[in-house]
Amino acid sequence: MVQKLDYLKETPSQTAGPYVHIGLAPGAAGFDIYQQELGWDIAGPNAKGERIRVEGIVIDATGSPVKDVMLEAWQANSEGVYAHPESPGEVEEGFRGWGRVITDFETGEWGFDTIKPGPVAARAAMGGEVRPAADEELQDAYGRGHAGLRQMAPHINLWIVARGINIGLNTRIYFEDEAEANAEDPVMNLIEWERRRKTLIATRTLRDGLPVYRFDIKLQGEDETVFFDI
Amino acid sequence: MTTPAEFYERDRAWHPPAQTPIYKTSVTRSPQYALLSLQQSVSEITGPTFGHTDIDPLDRDLIHNYAKDGGSAIGERIILHGRVLDENARPIPNTLVEIWQANAGGRYRHKKDTYLAPIDPNFGGCGRTLTDENGHYYFRTVKPGAYPWRNYVNSWRPAHIHMSIFGTAFCQRLITQCYFEGDPLIERCPIVNTIPDMAAQGQLVAALDMNATIPLDTIAYKFDIVLRGRRSTMFENRLDGN
Ligand SMILES: [Fe+3]
Repeated sequence: MVQKLDYLKETPSQTAGPYVHIGLAPGAAGFDIYQQELGWDIAGPNAKGERIRVEGIVIDATGSPVKDVMLEAWQANSEGVYAHPESPGEVEEGFRGWGRVITDFETGEWGFDTIKPGPVAARAAMGGEVRPAADEELQDAYGRGHAGLRQMAPHINLWIVARGINIGLNTRIYFEDEAEANAEDPVMNLIEWERRRKTLIATRTLRDGLPVYRFDIKLQGEDETVFFDI
Repeated sequence: MTTPAEFYERDRAWHPPAQTPIYKTSVTRSPQYALLSLQQSVSEITGPTFGHTDIDPLDRDLIHNYAKDGGSAIGERIILHGRVLDENARPIPNTLVEIWQANAGGRYRHKKDTYLAPIDPNFGGCGRTLTDENGHYYFRTVKPGAYPWRNYVNSWRPAHIHMSIFGTAFCQRLITQCYFEGDPLIERCPIVNTIPDMAAQGQLVAALDMNATIPLDTIAYKFDIVLRGRRSTMFENRLDGN
């Protein structure tokens, strides 16, 4: 016999099911209960940077849109700072960096308005440098500075749940007009198959002067989106 | 100086795999390529935070949060409570817990739910709360009914409450379902059985908690939730320098 490690096991995941909207987006589901819903305003009115819209559909193995998805976005502000004590720097008042959307029940289209995030410091093992902060430098809650030897290209982290998805899927949205940064991005470069990298790149168009990025997600089949185990 | 460290890697064998043919909808919605393993960066170890200005204290009382004046939801009155912990058994304070469920007859207030059990005019079916400084949460609600669903011809979901939990980092994000001790439908449920390990399945079954029951008023069930834990800082040099 050996001693027993006293760690707990993570609670196992279960599908969000077809009625996820009731719990997490009741207003969007046509169901008015809370004074205040969460996740509809990612950037807030004070956020600096370029205002953008991100849209897409989620497609299943048969090529059909999935119409009961919920997506959550997590992103840094235009200077690459997350609204979290462990991210060095400050965000604008009202900037949360987190949003939640559901798909249209008829079309499967989803979309959210935000600002384009800035590049974010990469972890040490990816070629970033983390060390005690210099006085004049941005510090995180642990007094560390991030020299940013290497940065990750601007990206929005996504988490996707739906009926039929047993455990939430993680992916990232990168931006078409950041080709140079994308080419240097340490996560992008982890993807061995170059033709799969483009599944993470949102295409850019202008609609009434507003940049709109298109990001379709393929759960399975040809051009399946790259999903991460984070 | 303390160093923020990574979270333990997720034990994918403890969770359901993406493709589980017994749960038919998963067949076309499951990635076929292996997930790409990422070492965590600031993008993964940070996550949204919530405060008391985001929610209302009544949000945690599903018996009353959608009821008309003086009314209350129909059904077996229950307290669902427990703690949100991490894998190091440390409580996670001030984290958002959201739930949704069918009413006592097994019917959701959702336009896509056409089950013949009636809508309860005084029951919405969703609630949310923040854990306290000890990681504790509680909801007051009614016990949801079992309901039929289209998987096999005669598939019934055991009574369950859907739960969404945040933690402090985006990589801890979790949605799961809470079942109730003693329900004979649990072991027959294809969705429960997407989880290969019986001990892992058992982790989703809330225990009848007579000590927390309010006599002559409300039965209680206890359901602890465990989110991913984080490496300690004792090996920080290796962590950052490798
Ligand atoms: Fe359900």
